[in-house]
Amino acid sequence: MLNFTIRRLLLSIPTLLFISLVIFMLLQLAPGDPMAQVPLTVPPEVKQKMREALGLGAPVHIQYIKWLHQFFVVEPMVFIDFLTNKSFLLSWLPDTHLSMNVDAVTGELVQRQRVISWQTRSPVMDIVMQRMPQTLWVVGLSYVVGILIAIPIGIYSAYRHYSMFDQAGTFITMVGFSIPPFFTGPLLIVIFSVSLGWLPSIYDTTLVVDSWANFKTQFLQMIMPVMVLALQTTAQISRYMRSAMLDNLNQDYVRTARAKGLKESVVVMVHVLRNSMIPVVTVIALGMPAIFGGAIITENVFKVNGIGQLLLTALFANDLPMVMTLTFIFAILIVLFNLIADILYGVLDPRIRYD
Amino acid sequence: MTDQTSEIEVFGALQDKEPSKPPRSQWRDVWDQFRKHKGALFGGGFLLFITLGVLFGPYLWDIEPTKLDIRNKNWRPIYTLIWESGAKAGWAHPFGTDQLGRDIFAQMIYGGRVSMAVGWSAMVLALVIGTAVGVASGYFKRMDFWLMRLTDLVLSLPILPLVLLAVTLFRQPLSSRFGPEGGMFVLIVSVIALTSWMQTARIVRGDILALKEREFILAARSIGSTSGKIILRHLLPNVISPIMVSATLGLATAIITESALSFLGVGFPSDFPTWGKLLSDAVNRMQEFPERVLLPGILISLTVLSVNYLGDGLRDALDPRIRGR
Repeated sequence: MLNFTIRRLLLSIPTLLFISLVIFMLLQLAPGDPMAQVPLTVPPEVKQKMREALGLGAPVHIQYIKWLHQFFVVEPMVFIDFLTNKSFLLSWLPDTHLSMNVDAVTGELVQRQRVISWQTRSPVMDIVMQRMPQTLWVVGLSYVVGILIAIPIGIYSAYRHYSMFDQAGTFITMVGFSIPPFFTGPLLIVIFSVSLGWLPSIYDTTLVVDSWANFKTQFLQMIMPVMVLALQTTAQISRYMRSAMLDNLNQDYVRTARAKGLKESVVVMVHVLRNSMIPVVTVIALGMPAIFGGAIITENVFKVNGIGQLLLTALFANDLPMVMTLTFIFAILIVLFNLIADILYGVLDPRIRYD
Repeated sequence: MTDQTSEIEVFGALQDKEPSKPPRSQWRDVWDQFRKHKGALFGGGFLLFITLGVLFGPYLWDIEPTKLDIRNKNWRPIYTLIWESGAKAGWAHPFGTDQLGRDIFAQMIYGGRVSMAVGWSAMVLALVIGTAVGVASGYFKRMDFWLMRLTDLVLSLPILPLVLLAVTLFRQPLSSRFGPEGGMFVLIVSVIALTSWMQTARIVRGDILALKEREFILAARSIGSTSGKIILRHLLPNVISPIMVSATLGLATAIITESALSFLGVGFPSDFPTWGKLLSDAVNRMQEFPERVLLPGILISLTVLSVNYLGDGLRDALDPRIRGR
């Protein structure tokens, strides 16, 4: 198993490099110019200097290698520095200055070149770290809620196969599967914000939760985005759960378990459920990156300023380093969760041997 | 031990009598099984209805979708008359008109034309790519490794961000070549197809790998059939059912992706109605006119739902293990 993990980890490096190359080459074709917003009164030689300061004068392969260096070497260094200097958990460690260079002229510590956003002229990763909590809260919570709803539905509709509950559950999951989030979002807003006036239609990210009243507002504004995303998750996972349970319920070991006099609850909830969870757990892991992708639309509907919304605004503003970095982060997530799914499958199911 | 009469009966059973029923073709069996799945039947019917409706609708409802009629703007749909008799509504515009007085029913028909055209062509293109890759990597051993690595790579690309990226980047050059609408159509169809062929390729490859070891392929090869003939005459007809099932899934995703792109504002140009575009244009005035969000949204959802049900029914009907039970 360890061998397999190491092999897959090593294999994911060329995969990620190739993906980053694909994204980089796509972005090279972009027609936009980061200097388009600079006033015409600025002389061309100054513009040229500004362009070089953004790293645009260099040939394409140098730009690509520079980006790789900045993303894989400098950004982790900055992160380690942040951990040892300012973070809550690890600040007891001696302060490190990995990301700092000694300037040859003045002898002072200067930060190394990081990935700079063209829009804000500030490091991309800083903005990503600011936006991350919103996305993680909404997306993460919706995934948990979705799974918690989906698994009991899947179990019960498989156990009562072809019953009313099963028919209704299958229909509802099919509907949840088919309604896109850009329709459920406005639909919920029309019902709960416009007609009933119960919930706010816009997610306010400036809200600081420090009292019960604020907590209630936060809770209320999270309901709709979380439910929209959770509907998708629920539809998908309960389908898998149901079919996995159906596969297992007719197996011989279930008959044996019943024959030796185990209680029905033990048979279903322990023996069958544990075996059915194996494929479902991998599906849960595989769906994780997709939910980040789906969050782009949901964040747009509810005006959550998370990562998906950041990607959209960066795309429209032609902010190529930001787009590159964000898309690549999505790619890392996908590769990582594919790997996790494969490993989980091997760990949970002893019949599967990768070696 | 046995007496004379029973012996005659045994021999009688062995006689080669004429079959009592005429032989049934495979597609007849498939149709019979398909008919049992009510959801699939309904889904197929609805899909047919929508497709015919958007094809022939403009001949029956001949209001131009882009015709401005500013005096009759902001009509409500006809059903508002049920609870509000004074509402601005009538049979002249059964779904109402928008803020510029354009007829929403006509816009829906034209929007459906675009959405369905994008869906069908992206699905067909994705199927062609997927089947070609699947057959090539299943049949030719030399290409298998590289084609499957390629499939894995494309599968681990972040699809929605890349689609957004490609659409924003290539909008300009393609619209200057094919015109604003044509360029966008080519772009969206090819982008959706290029990012959704992988599942088909994997399924087809798996089936081809199993089929190519069977005796009938050996027989075909032994009488001297070329590889192309074997693929066209013997392999492809045998993988048609998984291809059909993934076609329905592909149609559903293509329609949703196109609407999502229009919704995010990177789709077709602004005065060119599609279902996603109508929906996103209406979101800003959702509070006064909720029906403008609901009508296109319901149409998208119903179409996708019916396609998914159709796929479910097809999967059951085309699977010989389930069929006849």
